[in-house]
Amino acid sequence: MGKTLSEKVWDEHVVRSAEGEPDLLYVDLHLIHEVTSPQAFEGLRLTGRTVRRPDLTLATEDHNVPTIDQDKPIADLVSRTQVETLRRNAAEFGVRLHPLGDIEQGIVHVVGPQLGLTQPGMTIVCGDSHTSTHGAFGAIAFGIGTSEVEHVLATQTLMQARPRTMAVTVNGSLPAGVTAKDMVLTLIAHTGTGGGQGYIVEYRGPAIEELSMEGRMTVCNMSIEWGAKAGLIAPDQTTFDYLEGRAEAPKGADWDAAVAQWKTLASDDDAEFDEEIVLDASTMTPFVTWGTNPGQGVPLGGVVPDPADSEDDNDRVAVEKALQYMGLTTGTPMRAVVVDTVFVGSCTNGRIEDLRLAAEIIRGRTVDKDTRLLVVPGSVRVRLQAEDEGLDVIFKEAGGEWRGAGCSMCLGMNPDQLAPGERSASTSNRNFEGRQGKGGRTHLVSVPVAAATAIRGTLSSPADLEEL
Amino acid sequence: MDKFTTHTGVGVPLRRSNVDTDQIIPAVYLKRVTRSGFEDGLFAAWRNDDTFVLNNPDYAGGSVLVAGPDFGTGSSREHAVWALQNYGFTVVLSPRFADIFRGNSGKSGLLAAEVDEKVVQRLWDLLEEQPGTEITVDLESRTVRAGEGPDAVEDSFDIDDYTRWRLLEGLDDIELTLSHADDIEAFEGTRPSYRPRTLA
Repeated sequence: MGKTLSEKVWDEHVVRSAEGEPDLLYVDLHLIHEVTSPQAFEGLRLTGRTVRRPDLTLATEDHNVPTIDQDKPIADLVSRTQVETLRRNAAEFGVRLHPLGDIEQGIVHVVGPQLGLTQPGMTIVCGDSHTSTHGAFGAIAFGIGTSEVEHVLATQTLMQARPRTMAVTVNGSLPAGVTAKDMVLTLIAHTGTGGGQGYIVEYRGPAIEELSMEGRMTVCNMSIEWGAKAGLIAPDQTTFDYLEGRAEAPKGADWDAAVAQWKTLASDDDAEFDEEIVLDASTMTPFVTWGTNPGQGVPLGGVVPDPADSEDDNDRVAVEKALQYMGLTTGTPMRAVVVDTVFVGSCTNGRIEDLRLAAEIIRGRTVDKDTRLLVVPGSVRVRLQAEDEGLDVIFKEAGGEWRGAGCSMCLGMNPDQLAPGERSASTSNRNFEGRQGKGGRTHLVSVPVAAATAIRGTLSSPADLEEL
Repeated sequence: MDKFTTHTGVGVPLRRSNVDTDQIIPAVYLKRVTRSGFEDGLFAAWRNDDTFVLNNPDYAGGSVLVAGPDFGTGSSREHAVWALQNYGFTVVLSPRFADIFRGNSGKSGLLAAEVDEKVVQRLWDLLEEQPGTEITVDLESRTVRAGEGPDAVEDSFDIDDYTRWRLLEGLDDIELTLSHADDIEAFEGTRPSYRPRTLA
């Protein structure tokens, strides 16, 4: 029997396997940020250990950093201490760091691919659950906790039980105006937040192959939102074209050797998955969440659900609690929901393609007078590229705010937060209670829906906008 | 890490499913650079509600949290485990844990024990009818016990063999892995030259 893509990559990284024990898996790239690493470095110090492979480690500052006044010291002293701790640790242990002010600074999952460090066939980990983003390149990439960060720093390996395998096959083509984000939100509404638990998922099929690298990253990014260990996509010409010429991509003979190996990274025809889901992209529409987990979503053309339609009592209570928190009434059309803040950014949708798409819709229009538009590029490089193309001017002229790079309102760890009761349409990945600020209410949306919502002030798609 | 064999403590019914790690500890509480002091952030938003179970003095000193399915979803923050431990929890029972949370628990010595959904339901009923009831969780025999008489609950729980062994022995993962340093070095000798490095 043949092997699946994830089995091929996994097997190539097993340092040691023994009956009754998890595999010892080698880590090709370890990404680090300020929030989940301080206790790991402290652990090394307490035990007199070192970083085994600083040359396979990269740090940046993203989670708690402000997106304004990035050239000044961080005003929040606790955040500043955390960032300074990362700087001290990077210096002490010889780890490459892209700090605030550096041209390579940004959200860790935007920075890795952009530098060309994220490559097919690799194992990539980071103390952040959205590490699954890097799976878009055909890598096994997953989030880990701080104890595991320390383990990787000390050993460049992780003990990992071999996950089961799942294929998500998406047939057909996405209709115009429907994006990778709608695809993955549709999938999660289908599976629930626990549907992928214990699996490495391979996304495949014509609709996946048609996605750009940015779109593939959006899909893989949200693998964790349905509980999957990781999500990945077989590398192809789209992948190679994205990587060629990037700063850290292989060059010359190395490039040829790499591409030759990357071309073997596909599931064999006779490979068997433990589970398979098949979806049809051609039936998909703009999709938005109404609840407090990413699985609680409906098409934008739908209505707020009725708890009475739930499968069981626990589910009914969960829906009731979610509607109460969200301040929504059963039967209300999603298009009637009034939004206070629109957030465009995050590791899900903060790349240049996302900003271009938003700008294209917003160009020549004005943000609704009662709505705030916050655009936060995923990295400094994305910001500079956008400014080169004049996208920042489009956002600002429409009445939006243009910021510096970081995770920002995706998790509200910096000052970019919702006020209690405030409602957002957000291109990020989580609509958990309080995720974007205590008492804040989040609707997860695609970039086109975010842009159209900013103009109309209610959840909308570009089709709802008046022609210019 | 301390050895974990058995634990008996007051059970706390958390009648919720899909408890994500943003609920366990919101991001604004993640700025400390130590492993301690996170108890203030535990379920911070819910603790503003007087009726929330942790505000009920009947469950004061509780150390066994009984939660619905899909506990610990979302963010990889190990701070969620530390916040539970800092607050005083030693065990969490749930029908299903998110992978990263379960892994983090095992590394930090919090026992994440998977029980049947019906067991959770019966424990919730028992703990609400008889607040202050203690639950005994025996890692050796993988059993959970609570209450007496007709309402008594006794059942098995699931935890993977390797994590159970490590918890019982109180072993440090890194030490175990470093005992295979030769294997790691040999593996490194076989890595393709085109794989990227972050330093020149």
